[in-house]
Amino acid sequence: MGQAKMIDIYIMGKKYEVPSDLTVMQAMEYSGYKLIRGCGCRGGFCGACGTVYRTPDDFRIKVGLACQMVVEKDMQFIQIPFFPANKKKYDIDEFNADLPSLMKLYPEISRCVGCNTCTKGCPQNIEVMDYMAAAIRGDIEAVAKMSFDCIMCGLCASRCPAEEVQYYVAILARRLFAKHVVPRASHLEDKSKEIEEGLLDEEINKIVAMNKEELKNLYDNRDIE
Amino acid sequence: MYDSMMLESIKEVEKTRTKRLNEEFARLTADEKLELLHNFHPDFRDDTQREVKIGANKGEKIPHEIADLLESKSLLNPKSFDIINAEHDVDVLIIGAGGAGSAAALVAKESGAKVLMVTKLRHGDSNTVMAQGGIQAADKTNDSPMTHYIDVVGGGGYTNIPELARALTMDAPSVIKWLESLGCMFSKDEDGTMQTIHGGGTSRKRMHFASDYTGAEIMRTLRDEVQNKEIETIEFCSAVELLLDEDGKCGGAVLYNMETKEYFIARAKTVIIATGGSGRLHLAGFPTSNHYGATADGIVMAYRAGAKLAFLDANQVHPTGVVYPKQMIGQLVTEKVRGIGAQLVNTKGEQFIHPLETRDVVSSAVIRECEHRQNGYEVEERQYAVWLDSPMIDLIHGKGTVKRELPAMFKQYERYDIDMSKHPILIFPTLHYQNGGILIKENGETEIENLFVAGEVAGGIHGRNRLMGNSLLDILVFGRRAGKAAADKSKNSDVKILSLKHVERFHKQLEEAGIESERTSPMLLPKYHK
Ligand SMILES: Cc1cc2nc3c(=O)[nH]c(=O)nc-3n(C[C@H](O)[C@H](O)[C@H](O)COP(=O)(O)OP(=O)(O)OC[C@H]3O[C@@H](n4cnc5c(N)ncnc54)[C@H](O)[C@@H]3O)c2cc1C
Ligand code: SF4
Ligand code: SF4
Ligand code: FES
Repeated sequence: MGQAKMIDIYIMGKKYEVPSDLTVMQAMEYSGYKLIRGCGCRGGFCGACGTVYRTPDDFRIKVGLACQMVVEKDMQFIQIPFFPANKKKYDIDEFNADLPSLMKLYPEISRCVGCNTCTKGCPQNIEVMDYMAAAIRGDIEAVAKMSFDCIMCGLCASRCPAEEVQYYVAILARRLFAKHVVPRASHLEDKSKEIEEGLLDEEINKIVAMNKEELKNLYDNRDIE
Repeated sequence: MYDSMMLESIKEVEKTRTKRLNEEFARLTADEKLELLHNFHPDFRDDTQREVKIGANKGEKIPHEIADLLESKSLLNPKSFDIINAEHDVDVLIIGAGGAGSAAALVAKESGAKVLMVTKLRHGDSNTVMAQGGIQAADKTNDSPMTHYIDVVGGGGYTNIPELARALTMDAPSVIKWLESLGCMFSKDEDGTMQTIHGGGTSRKRMHFASDYTGAEIMRTLRDEVQNKEIETIEFCSAVELLLDEDGKCGGAVLYNMETKEYFIARAKTVIIATGGSGRLHLAGFPTSNHYGATADGIVMAYRAGAKLAFLDANQVHPTGVVYPKQMIGQLVTEKVRGIGAQLVNTKGEQFIHPLETRDVVSSAVIRECEHRQNGYEVEERQYAVWLDSPMIDLIHGKGTVKRELPAMFKQYERYDIDMSKHPILIFPTLHYQNGGILIKENGETEIENLFVAGEVAGGIHGRNRLMGNSLLDILVFGRRAGKAAADKSKNSDVKILSLKHVERFHKQLEEAGIESERTSPMLLPKYHK
């Protein structure tokens, strides 16, 4: 493999020359930035590294994750490591999985104008507008399932003309759905109860007291499902 | 996008694929495994470790990179640092807001304590958020904590501390139940039954998961709940040193505002260290799967305060880390890829190890294939890799399986125009998990009074080797236990005047041992900038 060629990029308007195969995050570091904000998992899971950028050939504003996108020639960017958003506090036991719950906490959902900007920008390719539409309909299950891959990067909110906080609506819906709609696992209940009541104590204590040879014997002869 | 040379190499893999579909590579015998490990696993290489010269583990072997941090000076000058004015005065101080810290915070608060949680990056920027595979718990009818226990200690080579492994397996069902009650969206059947699969080394299908975002789902649920409960959390705020009183009891920490670079003091009746792992130290030069802040800070602070460390010479390299595209280097390709059928294949199109041997064995085999047998693909100068034949998955389970079962993984490769359901991927071991850590007791207590530890930073639970899915479990089991114990203890803890005298003594020991380096620690963040 050959050496990557060098290209110009503009970090907050200032020109730096970097190898063309770096991610935006690596390019910042290459240019001498020690990141404190705007860098968390470095793997596309935490949403710390939202970035807004433009390229010369396109009038549009684009957004993405600094750890997941490769630099482009002459791109100009700035990270948005934080975007103001109001998260509502709630007691999950006092809310149902229904429209009134969503409306009580986030009444602004009804302001969505259906412009689809959120969907176009979402680095997780989530149909954000559609889950917001589902929220307005009170279809909690649809919101929960459609939004599941959300990493809460805030990029949708940063571009929304209706000033929604999509990802907070989404996590509320997921938690309400998982808690109040999905049936509880009865095997969990049963097993925890058995343990709580001390019914397994004798047996586990016996094993915990075993020496290496005895344990090894059990391990080597265990049956595998 | 693969270049033409890679596509050529892929052809070799494709040639043998049909034949390999029905070919099961023989599992190694116990002796063969040992030989492989001793020759190729970084834990056993002489050049990766040294005897640490001071502290509670003096004379024991520890990887150089960790030993360097232990044998370093404090960031503070203990003689002149002013610790009179405390900005915070709380019952329980929690250091690190990943899964362990957040679980501890919720339980401590529920137990009536005034809690302060501080964390280096944002709340949840952590290893927890990155876990994809799943979390173990023996809660099905054909399973039991006893069976789980046997798997845990067998996997750990019988080095686990029995009481800790007991707590891990006995608390497991109630931890999953707790998550369920918080509205954590596990993958379930229609009737609410948890979907569970095998993981490396499990004898029952007890790996619970939430699609392949298990850690993310747990983390965002806990974070949301911590915010609902209005637990004070300060982000971009690292702990750099513990504070002890004249009797050696812990009573708070020196904190550091990462942005303004100011130090300040938090007094607390009890302290919980939940700072996670150390992948960003890049032990033995390995790339890592860990988040940006995994730099062993908790270990450094606790060691200076006199805590004992265990099994720090045992570090898990995960066999399948991304090598190409290089933007993703070190990132994890979850074990599930092998679990559902992908084989490991060299440049000749041959298998060289059973894909479901334990992680340490598979990693060693990949290293042998690349560095000893020269059957690896040279991605960059001296950076070798082998192929993980992911297209086999769709061949075995039907078209669309990769995309459905591994959405996070699929999406990441897709960003670089690689369709992993059609083309195999290039992998090499990546530094993944710190098996050992600060030695704890059943409720997270340490030998230092008022100091509790939970999560990846703790040691003893997994012995020398953790099985997949037992870490997400451990951080919640011991996070919850430490939260409860620290809250209870805070009700009758009497801490006298605090100082950094222990740091002063530590500096003296450094001097006496003839260590004259100007190194300082904790590291806080790795140096990647120019
Ligand atoms: C990519 C990946 C995949 C994984 N997959 C699985 C899996 O499928 N199943 C499983 O069981 N395990 C898995 N693991 C392991 C598991 O996720 C971790 O071991 C576990 O989440 C650690 O939790 P923790 O709370 O101890 O640490 P973390 O979640 O890392 O949290 C520690 C927090 O403390 C902060 N911190 C560090 N130093 C300081 C300081 N000085 N002051 C203040 N704050 C500090 C960190 O920034 C971080 O936020 C995986 C790990 C990785 C990296
Ligand atoms: S960007 Fe805002 S207004 Fe536009 S569709 Fe999305 S939520 Fe609705
Ligand atoms: S839905 Fe919004 S917050 Fe979630 S990943 Fe997409 S852009 Fe980010
Ligand atoms: S750093 Fe976590 S998503 Fe980019």
